[in-house]
Amino acid sequence: MSVENGIGASVRRKEDQRFITGNGHYLDDLNRVGQAYGYFLRSPHAFAKIKSIDLDAAKAAPGVVDIFTGKDMVADGIGGLICGWGITSKDGTPHKAPPHNSMAVDAVRHVGDQVAFVIADSLQQAKDAAELIEVDYGTLTPVTNIAKALAPGAPQVHEEAPGNLCYDWELGDKTAVDAAFAKAAHVTKLDLINNRLSPNPMEPRAALGEYDAGSGELTLYTTSQNPHVARLIMSAFLGIAPENKLRVVAPDVGGGFGSKIFVYAEETTTIWAAKKINRPVKWTADRSEAFLTDAHGRDHVTHAELATDNDGKILAFKVSTQANMGAYLSTFASAVPTYLYGTLLSGQYKIPSIYVEVKAGFTNTTPVDAYRGAGRPEATYVVERMMDTAARDLKMDPTEFRLKNFIQPDAYPYETPVIMTYDSGDYPLSMNNAKGMIDYNGFAARKAKSEANGKLRGIGCAAYIEACGIAPSAAVGSLGAGVGLWESAEVRFNPTGSVTVFTGSHSHGQGHETTFAQIIADKLGVPIDSVEVVHGDTSKVPFGMGTYGSRSLAVGGSAIVKAVDKIVEKSKKIAAHLMEASVGGIEHEHGVFSVAGTDKKLTMGEIAFAAYVPHNYPADLEPGMAENAFYDPLNFTFPAGTHIAEVEIDPATGVVDIVDWAASDDFGNVINPMIVEGQVHGGVAQGIGQAMLEGVQYDEDSGQLLTGSYMDYCMPRADDLPNFRVATTNTPCPSNPLGVKGCGEAGAIAAPAALMNAIVNALGKDIDMPATAEKVWRAANSN
Amino acid sequence: MYSFDYERPSGINEAASALGEDDKFLAGGQTLIPTLKLRLAQAGKLVDLGGIAELKGISSNGSELSIGAMTRHADVANSADVKSAIPALAALASHIGDAQVRNRGTIGGSISNNDPAADYPAALVGLGATVHTNKRSISAEDFFVDLFETALEENEIVTKISFPIPEKAGYAKFPNPASRFALTGVFVAKTANGARVAVTGAGPSVFRQTDMEAALSGNFSADAIAGIKTSASGLNADIHASAEYRANLISVMAGRAVKAAS
Repeated sequence: MSVENGIGASVRRKEDQRFITGNGHYLDDLNRVGQAYGYFLRSPHAFAKIKSIDLDAAKAAPGVVDIFTGKDMVADGIGGLICGWGITSKDGTPHKAPPHNSMAVDAVRHVGDQVAFVIADSLQQAKDAAELIEVDYGTLTPVTNIAKALAPGAPQVHEEAPGNLCYDWELGDKTAVDAAFAKAAHVTKLDLINNRLSPNPMEPRAALGEYDAGSGELTLYTTSQNPHVARLIMSAFLGIAPENKLRVVAPDVGGGFGSKIFVYAEETTTIWAAKKINRPVKWTADRSEAFLTDAHGRDHVTHAELATDNDGKILAFKVSTQANMGAYLSTFASAVPTYLYGTLLSGQYKIPSIYVEVKAGFTNTTPVDAYRGAGRPEATYVVERMMDTAARDLKMDPTEFRLKNFIQPDAYPYETPVIMTYDSGDYPLSMNNAKGMIDYNGFAARKAKSEANGKLRGIGCAAYIEACGIAPSAAVGSLGAGVGLWESAEVRFNPTGSVTVFTGSHSHGQGHETTFAQIIADKLGVPIDSVEVVHGDTSKVPFGMGTYGSRSLAVGGSAIVKAVDKIVEKSKKIAAHLMEASVGGIEHEHGVFSVAGTDKKLTMGEIAFAAYVPHNYPADLEPGMAENAFYDPLNFTFPAGTHIAEVEIDPATGVVDIVDWAASDDFGNVINPMIVEGQVHGGVAQGIGQAMLEGVQYDEDSGQLLTGSYMDYCMPRADDLPNFRVATTNTPCPSNPLGVKGCGEAGAIAAPAALMNAIVNALGKDIDMPATAEKVWRAANSN
Repeated sequence: MYSFDYERPSGINEAASALGEDDKFLAGGQTLIPTLKLRLAQAGKLVDLGGIAELKGISSNGSELSIGAMTRHADVANSADVKSAIPALAALASHIGDAQVRNRGTIGGSISNNDPAADYPAALVGLGATVHTNKRSISAEDFFVDLFETALEENEIVTKISFPIPEKAGYAKFPNPASRFALTGVFVAKTANGARVAVTGAGPSVFRQTDMEAALSGNFSADAIAGIKTSASGLNADIHASAEYRANLISVMAGRAVKAAS
């Protein structure tokens, strides 16, 4: 029996009606009575000492309520921003996390660093007053490039981090790798740059702080992917307010891509200031501020070497990476180039030994942290560019080289040399599926036709793997995470049979209101329109770890299933009483409870009503029908698949036309295929953006951001993208009750490597991302 | 945005006399308004030219096409007169910015701003157009002086642009992938007095490629200019493209413009 709009149905997203008709409640749509407006004076310099700040003229300006600096927050006992994941260097020392005050105290370390917070009756007045603040800066020579920052003699960004080194981390068996390289028939070497990206969610970050002097409660409305974690950090580490007096609400949030996981200075300053002036304060970033201050992504420099034998079998892999942390260590920055990166360097391959070392360093740039995929796109890029390069060295077809080295479908659980235990998958299946979708074998004929027209044609694949469903608390705890990564849910029936689901995950575009409702519809037979999903409010949801790492369905959805199981268990007892049968004799399917072997049955709605109007009710059972559950996963999930890109290049201009794209993804079970397809499209679009169009650039001398607007930072547009062929294969995840793996990041993980491999295949030589027309033109026209 | 005063006169003379020292004329506002919003510019008063009826409209007399300064890009793109007289000009207008820009931006505003990556300067110089103001007539080549600089004097208002109708013309641009402005755009025209080739985007201001003009005057075909290179010296170089790449694009776009000419 299947249920209407249940698991597996491509239901239209319930939330889209309000989003596309302007009826959403994004942060800047919210206003409070008596609200004032905050504006940050930001550093125009990449690196400077602050000698003095003169606020007198600004404070006297019309409409100004108050102006605060970093010293005011320190004097008030407010702590600095933290990094919540401790990384240990090779030598056993903890990573360097220099002080990170919400506003600068004695120095600024990147263009856009917060210097003062001006609060006025109107935003215009706040901006006018900010121009009257006189800051005496002593400018210093900045460093923006990670390789230069880690080189001897570089400017020192923080006294606490000599040589700008945050950590020097390693994973794997160096001795075994060195031994394997010593006897290898072939060694393939590759140098790669993973370009720095700006996240660009559609809704800029914003915060609205409010203080209730009567109750002493502070409320922060903010653009967050994880409001409970924000509350925890602001309470425990900054001392803004005790958790029981601090409410954090993340209403409709217009995209995040990771950038809204982190606790930012603007949020902490806004909520603190609201109490100081005893008046609501709203701050909304403009797009220029978003470019300057939203945590960036990627920015790695990597050298990799792969050892192979004479039969084309991989023997060992070693990787050395420099990772740019920016000016300060952001909330989860330290984990991204280590445990979200090094642990994925086995890819889909049986590699006997792997060794990776990562040096992370500070520069005078915007902090870098998780961005869609977070570490896993970087790992996939290294592994998959290497596989193509090695296949080229070995004169093998790149797909045949991969198929020869894949972990086989009967090998699970498979323990990699970089501490992951893959639980399920069928890598040859998704590879062969993708090859069929794009007619891989017909490529030679298509290439000949392009050449006849004076064009270059290339094909390239990426067989990616990611660790998602982040994550088992015990596992991440042992690796340095400061939090557990479980999820919570409450399923609450109302007496009339409708359901409210409270989830600790957070939807900022993913479609949880639909997907989670489908789970309830499927399991309990409730129409999806009678299911309300509540998220993003610490005063409503028990607790939550939020949404990132493709975790919402695998972890948050599993918590919902656990709560549903409790609902079913209780309902069976009520049904047994009402139908005068034994509990063991009650069968349940999709919200219908029946007595085995009879035609007696009750619906979930009837039982819920009985639970709230318990006139005829089991004496030993509590009334009511609401259950909550906390779910901590047993393992990561491991979505994997193969994407293949085909390109045609105009050598006269270097323009790359993406003529075809095949995505064959194994996401385990799929709840809503349409939403999954949309996630793949969006992820691939962002991956194509990274590979061809996007790239944050700084002027190396001044440290000024050169790509500070859409005039200069190139986002992918619809006409840059091909029609996508998207299909899924399905090996259910064995470690969660839904058998799901997660789909939100796969496209962004697979696409850069697939597209670059296709471009490199067409050109016959390596180039770095972004493959701009000029770079491609130069490669196509040089020897 | 800093505060400013606003005035919307209905006549050209009224507008010219309304402009004080710190004031600015407002045409379609597609550059000025964003600049004001970002506090990169400040004006005592904006004198909006949008209320002056005689600045709008398109007419053609068979040998000359005339376009009022406040005529929007969308109107040029969709005009039957333009499509019939100089189809390349209509096509050029149809690819300026996006639909919102084309529905607000004006030809007079665009050329008076003389953004080095704007499309219209290539058409004006490529067609040998004349810019008419409330004071005088200026040849297109004399009008565009340098980066964001024109021959316009204080209180001088562009009233219309007149284009001699060529035998055929074509325009090809390579858009900046981020802004979609012309990274390099080339406008070619075959006229009774020989061929004209004007390049935008590649240099500080629009310029003529005279080697190509000479070659095309003898043989108006892409083959005739296939071997003609432009020196990279003096061309723009920025994070989007080097001078060498722009020089290459001049050759490629010129060939495509000739092929597209109609």
